Amino acid sequence: MALLEVRNLHAYYGHVHALRGISLTVEEGEIVTLIGANGAGKTTTLRSISGLLRPREGEIVFDGEVINGVPAHQIVYRGICQAPEGRKIFSTLTVQENLNMGAYSLGNDRAAIEANRRRVFALFPRLEERKNQIAGTLSGGEQQMLAIGRALMARPRLLMLDEPSLGLAPMLVRAIFQTIREINEQGVTVLLVEQNARAALRLADRGYVLETGRIVLSGPARELLGDEKVRKAYLGES
Amino acid sequence: MGQLLQQLLNGLTIGSFYALIALGYTMVYGVLKLINFAHGDLFMLGAYIGLVTLASLVVNVGLAVNLGVLLAIFLIVMSLVGVVGVILERIAYRPLYKAGRLPPIVSALGASIFLQNGVMLLYGARYRTFPEAFKQAMPEVMWELGGARFTLMQVIMLAISFLLMAALYLFVNYTRVGTAMRAVALDHDTARLMGIDVNRIIVLVFIIGPALGAAGGIMVGLFYGRIYFTLGWSYGLKAFTAAILGGIGNIPGAMIGGLLLGLVEALATGFVSDAWKNAIAFFILVIILILRPTGLLGERVAEKL
Repeated sequence: MALLEVRNLHAYYGHVHALRGISLTVEEGEIVTLIGANGAGKTTTLRSISGLLRPREGEIVFDGEVINGVPAHQIVYRGICQAPEGRKIFSTLTVQENLNMGAYSLGNDRAAIEANRRRVFALFPRLEERKNQIAGTLSGGEQQMLAIGRALMARPRLLMLDEPSLGLAPMLVRAIFQTIREINEQGVTVLLVEQNARAALRLADRGYVLETGRIVLSGPARELLGDEKVRKAYLGES
Repeated sequence: MGQLLQQLLNGLTIGSFYALIALGYTMVYGVLKLINFAHGDLFMLGAYIGLVTLASLVVNVGLAVNLGVLLAIFLIVMSLVGVVGVILERIAYRPLYKAGRLPPIVSALGASIFLQNGVMLLYGARYRTFPEAFKQAMPEVMWELGGARFTLMQVIMLAISFLLMAALYLFVNYTRVGTAMRAVALDHDTARLMGIDVNRIIVLVFIIGPALGAAGGIMVGLFYGRIYFTLGWSYGLKAFTAAILGGIGNIPGAMIGGLLLGLVEALATGFVSDAWKNAIAFFILVIILILRPTGLLGERVAEKL
């Protein structure tokens, strides 16, 4: 049984029919990527899964349970965490406080919070150096680390990342993607939304290509990388 | 010298009332970006419940009036007004969160009128004085310091104000739920992703803000000795001004803004004339807002992309 299964998802933003029947699966332990142009529905898909947006139609099954209709603040208790698009760190809070908010769902279980903090600091030593700094003063790359680290603080089974490469220099993108691989090797399933299709497909096991709210192509990431249509439309080759 | 000290002390006292009320405006604005125009009336309601109902009850029952009784009155009134705050949020605001920013403001004005008229109908439209018997029962202790005189009551009120403010500051900055409150003020959706129940935080804000305002209400009544049903407008406007002055949405800002406004008013009263205190206070406010449009502490840390 797949860890996450999305079936025939339809969602609207106001009157805009943003998702027109998305179906996808993510198996435990995989890295799956959703690629596509701006406005294709990638973020909307993640927002539907995390409960911020209520889909009009369709079903989202996580770990055998239907989760559409579950309020967003309860989704994290099911084991799904999201690092949202644009990082959305709490800019006037310190790095440490941001991480504590990531662990909000753990309540006062200090031992678990401390263990997760150690794990996050091991992945991102930079965050430990800056733990008392106001998060809004971090560099773009550090803010992205914080957004991912914050999402890891609840020790999710499924980590959803929305455009982690956005606005970062190529070298930083490589470093972030390397860390995503490490996180995955520690047993966290990853659903990665990216416009940087090449980097995402190199990292992922499987990929889905979205166009105007529909999945137009899917398959093993290696095959998608070689697919002529993908190369033309998303990898900038002629 | 003595007069300066006296005015500073008076200003600090009045300023701490403004600060307590301003916190309610700023906290609600922080999490909802809504000006709760009914907040001043919750403050006024606190003054009425505390001074008219409870104080006369105490006098009638014949309980000895002491600090313990006074503190009990504070706690009861703060809880009651906190409950009214929650009801207000549920009825007047929650159904309108998705309707945009203007409808809740209109609803707030409506709630303000409702509370004011409700109190007027219940307690009458005339000034109410604080029961004389209650006042007489409190020890009239007075000290002199460098030519300035201050009473035991004033010291107690200052102590209560500062304790409440310190408690709020510690709660917001050093507890898990307090941090969640700051997170909600920054970004509702991202707070939800963390597992924070945003509606519960909003309810909490609508307990704490009105409760603090109610404490301010009792103290204004104790300090001036009489209250009236439009108290919420006059003091609410001042406290709202204090919140803007400090930087709306910023909790330490509301405290500083309130104290500053009180001090300026007291100094203007002492050294110019009472008739000019509002003009001077608001003149200074305008100057500060021209120089710092976001208020004294209202600094926004830009998010880098």
